[in-house]
Amino acid sequence: MRNPLADKIVEIKPSGIRKFFDIASEMKDAISLGVGEPDFDTPWHIRDEGIYSLEKGRTHYTSNAGLNELRVEICRYLERKQGIRYEDPLKEVLVTVGGSEAIDIGFRAMVNPGDEVLIPQPSFVSYEPCAVMAGAKPVIISLKAENEFRLTARELEEAITEKTKLLVLPFPNNPTGAIMERKDLEEIAEVILKHDIYVMSDEIYAELTYNGKHVSIAQLPGMKERTILINGFSKAFAMTGWRLGYACGPAAIIEQMVKIHQFAIMCAPTTSQYAAIEALKNSDEDVAEMCTAYNQRRRFLLHAFREMGLECFEPYGAFYMFPCIKEFGMTSEEFAMRFLKEEKVAVVPGTAFGDCGEGYLRISYASSLENLRESMVRLSRFIGRLREGR
Amino acid sequence: MFHIDKQREVVEVSGMREELLKVIEKNSRIDLGELAVLLGVEEAEAANELAALEAEGVICAYHTLVDWEKTSNEKVTALIEVRVTPQRGQGFDSIAERIYRYPEVKSVYLISGGYDLMVILEGKSLRDVSSFVSDKLSTLESVLSTATHFILKKYKDYGTVLGWKKEDEREMITP
Repeated sequence: MRNPLADKIVEIKPSGIRKFFDIASEMKDAISLGVGEPDFDTPWHIRDEGIYSLEKGRTHYTSNAGLNELRVEICRYLERKQGIRYEDPLKEVLVTVGGSEAIDIGFRAMVNPGDEVLIPQPSFVSYEPCAVMAGAKPVIISLKAENEFRLTARELEEAITEKTKLLVLPFPNNPTGAIMERKDLEEIAEVILKHDIYVMSDEIYAELTYNGKHVSIAQLPGMKERTILINGFSKAFAMTGWRLGYACGPAAIIEQMVKIHQFAIMCAPTTSQYAAIEALKNSDEDVAEMCTAYNQRRRFLLHAFREMGLECFEPYGAFYMFPCIKEFGMTSEEFAMRFLKEEKVAVVPGTAFGDCGEGYLRISYASSLENLRESMVRLSRFIGRLREGR
Repeated sequence: MFHIDKQREVVEVSGMREELLKVIEKNSRIDLGELAVLLGVEEAEAANELAALEAEGVICAYHTLVDWEKTSNEKVTALIEVRVTPQRGQGFDSIAERIYRYPEVKSVYLISGGYDLMVILEGKSLRDVSSFVSDKLSTLESVLSTATHFILKKYKDYGTVLGWKKEDEREMITP
C-alpha cells in the first residue's frame, strides 16, 4: 500500500508539551502549575449572554468574518483600551476560532514558499509548525535572559535576510511573562520599517500586564499598515473553551485570510460570538479583578523564588514565571520530571517552547493561592534536596 | 454606650488600601507577611494600614463564615420585616438601637420599600424566635407590625456558595 501521509506533516515534531502531559495526567493527585489557561470561569454575565442566544434560537452560521456587531465592538474595544483605530470593522477585522486559527491563516495568507518568518523563542508552540505548514522557512531568534527575554533591535537586525517577510511578535509572552515596552517597540519598529517586513503581533495576553498598560506595536507610526494584530477572548475574559479570537490588519491581508477561513472553517462559533459582544462591552471590572488576583500571585511566586534563592527575572505580563534552574546541572525536562515524581507538582520544561528554553521552567500562576503556597513549599524542599546533593 | 454616628465620615480608599480590604474581606486569616507580599509592600506598611483601617472604623471585625447546617448544632434563622414609627429628632436610629441591642439579633438594616427595618435573628428553635417576636419585638412602642420569614436553606452567604467546592477541571498541562 502507498504511504498515506504527507511528508511535510510527518516531519513536524509533536508539541513538546504533549509528552509531558501524558505522564502528568496519570498522576491524578498532582498539583498542576502547567496550565496555560485562566483558572477563573468565564464571568457569569458573559455565560448568561451565550445561554440567552441559544434560547433565542441563534443557532445558525454567522457571516464568514463574524457578526458585524462583534467586529464593530472589537474595534471600539481596541480603540478604548489601546488607542488603535481601525476605520472599517467589516474589512479590517476577522473573527477566528481562537487566536490559534488567526496564527495559522495569517501565515498562510502572507508567506510564499521559501519566505523567512522570524520567530523569537521561547514562545508559544504553534508559530513554528504553522509557519512550516504554510511553506515558510522559520528562522528562530533566541531571546536572552539578560534582556528579560525581550526582543532587541540588534537581535532582529542580525536575523533579517533578503528573504525575511514576517516577524512574529509574541508579547506579553508565553512562557516567559516578558513584555515589550514602548521604547523597546520603537527600536524594533525602526528596523522593521528599514527592511520593509511585516509583523504578526500576538497580543492574546494584552490585558494581563502588571507595570502599566500594554503597548501594541500597531500604535506606533507606520506600523498598523504592516501589522496583523492577533488577540482573543481566552485569556482576558477567561473564555478558552469558547474558542474565539480575532485578527485585525490591513484590508488586503484580512480579505485573503477571510478566504481561507471561509473555506476551512466557515465561521467562528455563533454562541461564542454573541457572548463575546457582552464580554467586550461590560467586563472592565471582571478583567481588573482577575488581573489584580494574577498580580498578587505573581508577587507571591517572585517572593517565594527569592526566598529559596531561585534565579528569576521579574515578569510583567501574562501569567507565567520563567525561573532558571541551570545551577542544578539538569536539563529542564529532567528537573520537571523529577519534581513531578518526587513532589507531585507539574511544571512545564522551558524546552517545550524552543531549544533556548533549556535551563528554565514555565510555572503558571493561573492557579489558586492555596495551590501556589503548597507548591512552593514542595519546590523549596525539592531544591533543598538537590543542593545537598541528594 | 452604643451609638450610631449621625454623619459617618467617609474614609478614602483606593489603590493598595482598596486591594488590602478586598483581600482580607475574602480571607481575614491571611498571614501578615503574605498579605504584604501579595500587595507588594513591606510588612510594616501592611500592618500600619491594617491598624489605620481598624482605627478609622473601616475594618469593623474579623468574622468566620460558619455553615451551621453542617453541624449537629441546630439553629433557626429568621428574617423579620418590621414597620415602625420614626421618632422626632431621632428618625429610625433610636428604634434600630433598641432592636440591635438584643444579642440574638444578628443584623438590622434600614430598608426602602414596604417596611422599614429588616431584622435578622438567630435562635435555637422556632419557639425561640417566635417568643422573641411576640414578647420583645412586637411590644416595643414604636413597632407597628412585623412579618417573620424563616430561612429554610442557605445557598450562598457573603459571596460564598455553601457546601460546594470548585473542582479544577482543566487539563493538567496545556500550552
